[in-house]
Amino acid sequence: MNASTREGYGEELVELGARNEDVVVLEADISVSTKTCYFARRFPQRFVNVGVAEQNEVMIAAGMATCGLLPFVSTYAVFASMRCCEQIRSFVCYPRLNVKFGVSHGGLTACTDGVTHQATEDIAIVRAMPNMTVLVPSDYHMTKAAVRAAASIDGPVYIRLCRDPLPVIYDSSVRLEIGRSVTLREGDDVTIIAAGDMVSAALDAVEMLSAESVHARLIDMPCIKPIDEEAIIKAARETRTLVTVENHQIAGGLGSAVAEVVVENAPVPVRRLGLRDTFGESGQYALLLQKYRFSARDIANACAKAVREKKR
Amino acid sequence: MMKAPAAGDREAVVERLGDIAARLRVDALRMIHKSQSGHPGGSLSAADFFAALYFHVLNIDPGNPEWPDRDRVILSKGHACPILYAALANRGYFSKDHLATLRQIDGILQGHPDMRKTPGVDMTTGSLGVGLAAGVGMALAARMRAKSYVTYVVIGCGEMDEGIIWEAAMAASKYQLGNLVVLCDFNKLQLDGWNRDIMPLEPIEAKWRAFGWHTQRIDGHDISAILNAIDTALAARELPSIIIADTIKGKGVSFMENQCDWHGRAPDDEELRRAEAELSPKGRTKS
Repeated sequence: MNASTREGYGEELVELGARNEDVVVLEADISVSTKTCYFARRFPQRFVNVGVAEQNEVMIAAGMATCGLLPFVSTYAVFASMRCCEQIRSFVCYPRLNVKFGVSHGGLTACTDGVTHQATEDIAIVRAMPNMTVLVPSDYHMTKAAVRAAASIDGPVYIRLCRDPLPVIYDSSVRLEIGRSVTLREGDDVTIIAAGDMVSAALDAVEMLSAESVHARLIDMPCIKPIDEEAIIKAARETRTLVTVENHQIAGGLGSAVAEVVVENAPVPVRRLGLRDTFGESGQYALLLQKYRFSARDIANACAKAVREKKR
Repeated sequence: MMKAPAAGDREAVVERLGDIAARLRVDALRMIHKSQSGHPGGSLSAADFFAALYFHVLNIDPGNPEWPDRDRVILSKGHACPILYAALANRGYFSKDHLATLRQIDGILQGHPDMRKTPGVDMTTGSLGVGLAAGVGMALAARMRAKSYVTYVVIGCGEMDEGIIWEAAMAASKYQLGNLVVLCDFNKLQLDGWNRDIMPLEPIEAKWRAFGWHTQRIDGHDISAILNAIDTALAARELPSIIIADTIKGKGVSFMENQCDWHGRAPDDEELRRAEAELSPKGRTKS
């Protein structure tokens, strides 16, 4: 079964809105795409569509948060992280306001739209902001858990969503704990750390490796900041080599966050898969992952190579 | 809201507010002099409406700065914060001793307003243009929670160059935010020179009217006109209101008036002494 994370976001917002009257949703004219249209239909009085004006959207949310409301801001990740970079940094993170960002089309999942709509630097940008929590859920149910987790803490949270349907990995009982990862597969030869849509690709890679008698551990890292240092250090010590994969530049995102923990605590080789200092392009999602070398096959190859080099 | 006083009372109120505005100007200049950094020009031009707001108009409780029903004030032109800090200290939000710590390490008075460090500051501001949009959020929150507070936003003229001002103006109009009042400190000077040379703004009232706002244009140093304009703005319940207050940058200190150079320069000892003399009761009667 497949379902998109943006779908999970839109549905969970409605459930949250029914439970909590402080929840308001702000939108910048793409509610049909971010799926905030469900909330708009159910709670029109608590839905604010500012038109195509994302900076205004963020500042209105900031003002609302100072008055005790719980605003969720939705747009595409590429606009939130860059067009609204200063508003988020100086007027949400700096005053530590309780604003949540549910932003879609993370990475190359805005595939055919091309580079202007592909958020490939957003995690690096928002991760550098003090007071920000960064969540990158890997499936429909984890996304719903991410919305609940975001609402339960006081302060800014960035939830990065994907456009396309993804395999369902979890069931409705899954919880997202801030600062905690989920080990999806146990193994001692190599550890794959993945986030978002790359977790399903990594699951496929684990199967491929298994056929080659390589036992890979797979960690789903739905919370990139604060990151689960304990799980990373444990994996570094036990498997002695790591591979990270993310739908993002390899600079500043998940791979960098993992490498920071590893070099400070348990230095072992870390191979980072993702965009290598290049922009994407228009094209089908699966073909883009192949061309830019972070498909399931690429993950499996990187792991096999990591294991070979470890044994030398 | 405080009731409009009878005509006789109004005269006394206006006189008292004029004295307060002079005191705020002196405090602002002393702060900037002490830290040898800050923005005197735009602080002095906004002094009269800060006196009117904090000492007559606002429904606030300095002992309870987080009171949910309080009127809100956002200083969108955050660099003019010395005048805001002077108003807050004189109104009792914090000790006036803090005024000597402007822009100093470990102080509560940052170079631009910080809602987490300074009691009475309702919104963090500093980079220009963003305060109005935050004000739209506060005014919308009041409506959603059925609160009767008013949100006041003080903007500068130069920051109307910013696109987000007009994004926020459209949103306020869409939601008919009659509980939102903007005071525009229209001193016509920005950092690099006159508005008309840097980025022409006129016809400014027509622009705001075209965006669906209730507009008024007044002398921003006439306290009676400021009070009347705020009353009129609040009476326009269906529309957001802007009061375009024609002001003089550096108002009250002859050698600072209309001098672009005084946008972001601190006075030296002698300049402060001359400014204080001009702003004293005796100096003010002379001018």
